[in-house]
Amino acid sequence: MSSNSDIDALIDLMARLPGLGPRSARRAVLHLIRKRTLLLGPLADAMRLVADTARECLNCGNVGTADICDICASHKRGTGELCVVEDVADLWAMERAGVFKGRYHVLGGTLSALDAVGPEDLRIPRLIDRVETEAVSEVILALNATVDGLTTAHYIADRLQGRVRLTSLAQGVPIGGELDYLDDGTISAALRARKEI
Amino acid sequence: MDWRDTGILLSMRRHGETSAIIDVFTQRHGRHAGVVRGGASRKVAPILQPGAQLDLAWRARLEDHIGAYKVEPLRSRAAAAMGGRLALAGLNAVTALVAFALPEREAHPRLYRRTERLLDLLGQDEVWPLAYLGWELALLEETGFGLDLDRCAATGATESLIYVSPKSGRAVSREGAGEWADRMLPLPPCLRGQGPAPDDEIAQGLATTGHFLEHRLAPALGNKPLPDARARFVAAFLRAGA
Repeated sequence: MSSNSDIDALIDLMARLPGLGPRSARRAVLHLIRKRTLLLGPLADAMRLVADTARECLNCGNVGTADICDICASHKRGTGELCVVEDVADLWAMERAGVFKGRYHVLGGTLSALDAVGPEDLRIPRLIDRVETEAVSEVILALNATVDGLTTAHYIADRLQGRVRLTSLAQGVPIGGELDYLDDGTISAALRARKEI
Repeated sequence: MDWRDTGILLSMRRHGETSAIIDVFTQRHGRHAGVVRGGASRKVAPILQPGAQLDLAWRARLEDHIGAYKVEPLRSRAAAAMGGRLALAGLNAVTALVAFALPEREAHPRLYRRTERLLDLLGQDEVWPLAYLGWELALLEETGFGLDLDRCAATGATESLIYVSPKSGRAVSREGAGEWADRMLPLPPCLRGQGPAPDDEIAQGLATTGHFLEHRLAPALGNKPLPDARARFVAAFLRAGA
């Protein structure tokens, strides 16, 4: 195999990444080759390492490099609050905000009648198990404000009713948002969730 | 090929990184899928929530291609649906049953109009369950499994109609049922559009329509199981009334 076809194979693989097409993949690969020592070598090492070690946390579904992720293993995170999110990307978004100090549970999707996604396809049984076996005082349902997200939240709430305190994220005007640009659904939700000042 | 129509969004799934494939119940073209370019973007995705009323322009090179939609929102029902558990469960039941029961690209204008009227009532929990029950009757009618509730199948009587035959879907009077009464399905007055329709009657009506959805319609569609969303709506309704 010629060296060119190796590079072509790399470009083909890169082009499959989210946000990249063939053209941008070619640019990225060319950039990596030009910065071989600084970027390409370390990147290849890091990717090999992650390919060998990355796995889902057996407890919460987060992605880490051990069977139990850092968040689940940390005693400091054992506040009794359990934040339920749809996807690992949502967990990372919550962690970026840096305001939640408890633990997480990643469902791996939402219920969807039309796509035939049922509770057994998600990590809902494991969530119920965790609520019963860990010292969970509150379950925060941080699911997307979509029909599927809210349907899933209601389903989980029904399953956990009476066992633990259940809360969900507020819905309404985003920080920096202007009322004039909000859709009527958001305005309606914000008005319902109004609070005294 | 191109056309323009209005429709109710049944479902949306991502297609690639930026696009979405939507399934819409349209007024003149029935259930019809199509690609929305940019449909997964932050700007468009919130519009594409189940139940949304959309203005649709569909275009494809050949009629049997999936084609591409251009969509404009006419009104969103997400806020009404998300405002309450019963409304949300109801919206899911309606969209799931339409997708379950109707074939693609077959117009059902009468059922479309009923579905539109029903979804416009979302959030009005005091009237919605009865409207939903009427809609399920219309769905059975539209799919060829309509119930005949005007006269007794056994005696021809038009009075004391309190049962439905689980086999024929026809009304049966108290006298006509005789010793078979315990095998009959309930026929509450609200199923015939009569009386004040208390919750327990609506629950009986849902049990009867549910029987025909499960034992008549579903087998005709290849024995697919009824969507869970319907059972969840019935459970939410019973819980709300308890």
